[in-house]
Amino acid sequence: MFAVIRDLTRYNIEFAIGCLLVGIITLFALASFFAPVAPTMIYTVPPDMPPSMTYWFGTNSRGQDLFWQLSYAFRNTLTFGVLVAIISRIISITVGLLAGYLGGWVDRVLMFFNDIFVSLPIFPLLILVYFVLRSNLDMFTLALIMGCLGWPFDARLIRSVSLGLRHREFTRHATFSGMSPRKIMFEEHLPYVMPIVLSTAIANMIWSIGMEVTLAVLGFTNLNIPTVGTTLYWANNHSAMIVGVWWWILIPVVLIVALFIGLFLLTVSLNEYIDPRSRLRRMGGA
Amino acid sequence: MRDYLTFVLKRLLQLAAVVFAGISAAFFITHLSPISPVDMIVNRVAAQASVSPLAIMELRESLSALFGTDLPLHIKYFNFWTRFLVGDLGPSLLAFPTPAMNLVMRALPWTVGLLMTSILISWTIGNILGGLGGYYQNNRFLKAFGVVAMGVQPIPYYIVAFLLVLLFGYFWPVMPISGGFSINVRPGFTFEFIASVIHHSILPAASLVIVGLGISFLGMRAMVSNIVTEDYVTYAELAGVKTERVVFFYVIRNAMVPQLTGLAMALGGIFSGTIITEQVFAYPGLGALLVSAVNAGDTTLVLAVSSIAVVAVASAIFVIDLLHPLLDPRVKVK
Repeated sequence: MFAVIRDLTRYNIEFAIGCLLVGIITLFALASFFAPVAPTMIYTVPPDMPPSMTYWFGTNSRGQDLFWQLSYAFRNTLTFGVLVAIISRIISITVGLLAGYLGGWVDRVLMFFNDIFVSLPIFPLLILVYFVLRSNLDMFTLALIMGCLGWPFDARLIRSVSLGLRHREFTRHATFSGMSPRKIMFEEHLPYVMPIVLSTAIANMIWSIGMEVTLAVLGFTNLNIPTVGTTLYWANNHSAMIVGVWWWILIPVVLIVALFIGLFLLTVSLNEYIDPRSRLRRMGGA
Repeated sequence: MRDYLTFVLKRLLQLAAVVFAGISAAFFITHLSPISPVDMIVNRVAAQASVSPLAIMELRESLSALFGTDLPLHIKYFNFWTRFLVGDLGPSLLAFPTPAMNLVMRALPWTVGLLMTSILISWTIGNILGGLGGYYQNNRFLKAFGVVAMGVQPIPYYIVAFLLVLLFGYFWPVMPISGGFSINVRPGFTFEFIASVIHHSILPAASLVIVGLGISFLGMRAMVSNIVTEDYVTYAELAGVKTERVVFFYVIRNAMVPQLTGLAMALGGIFSGTIITEQVFAYPGLGALLVSAVNAGDTTLVLAVSSIAVVAVASAIFVIDLLHPLLDPRVKVK
């Protein structure tokens, strides 16, 4: 494990940069546990102050210190991303391994549903969910719904790996020594698909956080929970750009873009590492 | 040929299943909504003028009969499908007596036009540049382009669109930032109107192209950098086949087919991107219509837009899938 990380940082500059960016944002989000004020309270500091030594990120028109506000927002956004990733991983691993190992009609039925989920337009569906639930839509419900929509691509990927594993020698040995299919799938095959699970989990976080930001910016989530998206929503709502409170928009946008690029670099470098051909080329060329 | 026909038939069945599942989901989700369209209209009428209570009661009854809101859910569902099959989705609430279908049909050409243009541009340019980037791995320009694409690709459509508005509408105001055409131009088949439409579509299309370009560039580059190590490419190079021929007909031609499937699979996501872009630029397409329908609590219009979206995206994927075996003879149509 440590050898892998060492190799990655040595031969893969993308991985190092990605780790750095995601690490900084995570530390920033963790800082919210030491926040001196409650993040949902408004008018605790003078409004519309530009960034200075007292207020590092300035204050917004609702009288909140943007540093602590954003720290809490990033904590929520990251938690949301991880939650969606976990839920959708559970579904995609189960479906992928079942379809790949059992094959036959199980495979056909699961892949049929998979194909349906792939071609559903997700964004209009999420808007519909908001349309029904309105302000009852909390973070966890949204994460659950997005987790149930975000698995099909990765399930297909896991299935294709598992199809190859089924014909390997060790699987036959396990079957003949009386291992149950469930045990074979989750004890023998799962470790082989783990690297894919990891890299797709990060890609899934990019997708879900992007969706959440978009929904929130349009006003289609619960606006009382501070997230990066709702921060931007309130900034737009107070016409921050026109009033000249540019830091209210610029700082969250820069930070969220840094997070996206960091996560993306992590998936790209992990994918390259998983594929032995590109890994060898890079190590040989470095 | 017979194999191909059975393949088409199978895919057609799947298309029907996807459309059925998608629209059913949209139907049940909207009908779970606590907002009753009848109450909405009655409230609006009652707020506008003082009408006798008896008249309001009659209005409520006739509206309930019109929308069929008193019926049990499964009968409503059945009625919805029988009406959907003849293209009638009921009146919209936003613009009351206008059928929701008319509003959707008015918005559809804008979205389809924007989507088609930006997909064609980003897919073609992205794939050609990506192919070259995978073949000439040491070219400095293509390497720099790869770094930029990697930086832009994970950023959501919304942020890209928003940055474009800030740049070209606020700091350097050269582009119109809202609407589909200028107010002082009369819609019609005139040069003035077409020029205005193109001028207004540059920024929305650019925001879609910027993100889409990165996706197809990176996918194609990864694909090509694996193909160039294959023996047949080395053989062709050694046999003295012209480099352009190797690049375009030996390498890019083979890498193109998976990219086409990738496009089909990404189409749903790109469509979502269009919705957001339209909202940012107040473009008169389906996305802006959907958002205003949700904000107004217009159940029928929301249902109409999502149904058409499901049908449109599913059929586009269907068409691309049908092309797949024709382009790649190695794909077995079973």
